[in-house]
Amino acid sequence: MLIGGLITFSMRFSLIYLFGKFEIPETLKKALHYVPPAVLSAIIFPELFIQDGALNVQLANPRLLAGLIAILTAWFSKNTLLTILVGMAALLIFGWLQL
Amino acid sequence: MNESRKTFWDGVKAEIPLLVGVFPFGMIYGALALNAGLSVFASQMMSSIVFAGSAQFITTQLISEAAPGFVIVLTIAVVNLRHMLYSASLAPYLKHVSTTWKILLSYLLTDEAYAPSVIQYEKEGVKPHSHWFLLGAGLALWATWQLSTAVGVFLGANIPDSLQLDFALPLTFIAMVVPVLKKTPMIAAALSAGTAALFAYSLPFKLGLILAAFIGILVGVLLERTSGNRS
Repeated sequence: MLIGGLITFSMRFSLIYLFGKFEIPETLKKALHYVPPAVLSAIIFPELFIQDGALNVQLANPRLLAGLIAILTAWFSKNTLLTILVGMAALLIFGWLQL
Repeated sequence: MNESRKTFWDGVKAEIPLLVGVFPFGMIYGALALNAGLSVFASQMMSSIVFAGSAQFITTQLISEAAPGFVIVLTIAVVNLRHMLYSASLAPYLKHVSTTWKILLSYLLTDEAYAPSVIQYEKEGVKPHSHWFLLGAGLALWATWQLSTAVGVFLGANIPDSLQLDFALPLTFIAMVVPVLKKTPMIAAALSAGTAALFAYSLPFKLGLILAAFIGILVGVLLERTSGNRS
């Protein structure tokens, strides 16, 4: 567990430290802007589209529907808390309706 | 000092909505860790020492399957590879701070502390007190993670699955990422990374996530370059 903690820490620390010592190339700096949308989307998509280990793009997939509603909420409200609450409510309601 | 304190609390405030998603996640982890046969103490220590949600879930899984130690350590390393991307991405904003600060902030650098901080930094640029923001967000998250683990360990198997609380976490990420999708390259980066993640989903140890992230970044950079040439 200690080793696991140490590894986690060192990976988080590595580049903050290194790039503090050396200049960051301009192209890399540009590329880094795309890290947040790329990583976050790569986490989000499987959560919405994959059900019990298989791809499910039907509208009868409650997580996909609730996710789409959350995306719309986030787009129009730009409010994190509201997005989570609406998304959770949507998921529970779709679950109830046995979609 | 006043400005630092203000920035710190701004970080805490920015983190609060995310905590709604994190709390159930920590509870679920606590309950699972006990089920996997970890002691109460070990379950809680893992949250303090490793402090990385998905790595902790996978470790719990591996422990319940009695996987050997080196496999667990290697898995943690691969699952947390994305933190190197975060580390690189925040580096330009944290250049000026001391090594002690960098060590502290690195320990606190999780998905959920990274997301609001990088969005704040991209909006505001580098300021002398920027690092206090990440500290505020990170500490708020850290305290919540410890508390929610404790609650999960305490409640154990009494959390009903039907509540589907695990869905709160992707929802927080949706809430973070959607508002930054303003220009075409950003949207394309997000969509391509997401789609790639679906195709690469079957790869072990979240390697698909890293591959997908790189594809998204590449698409974003290439599109930015072509649209830049035209204007």
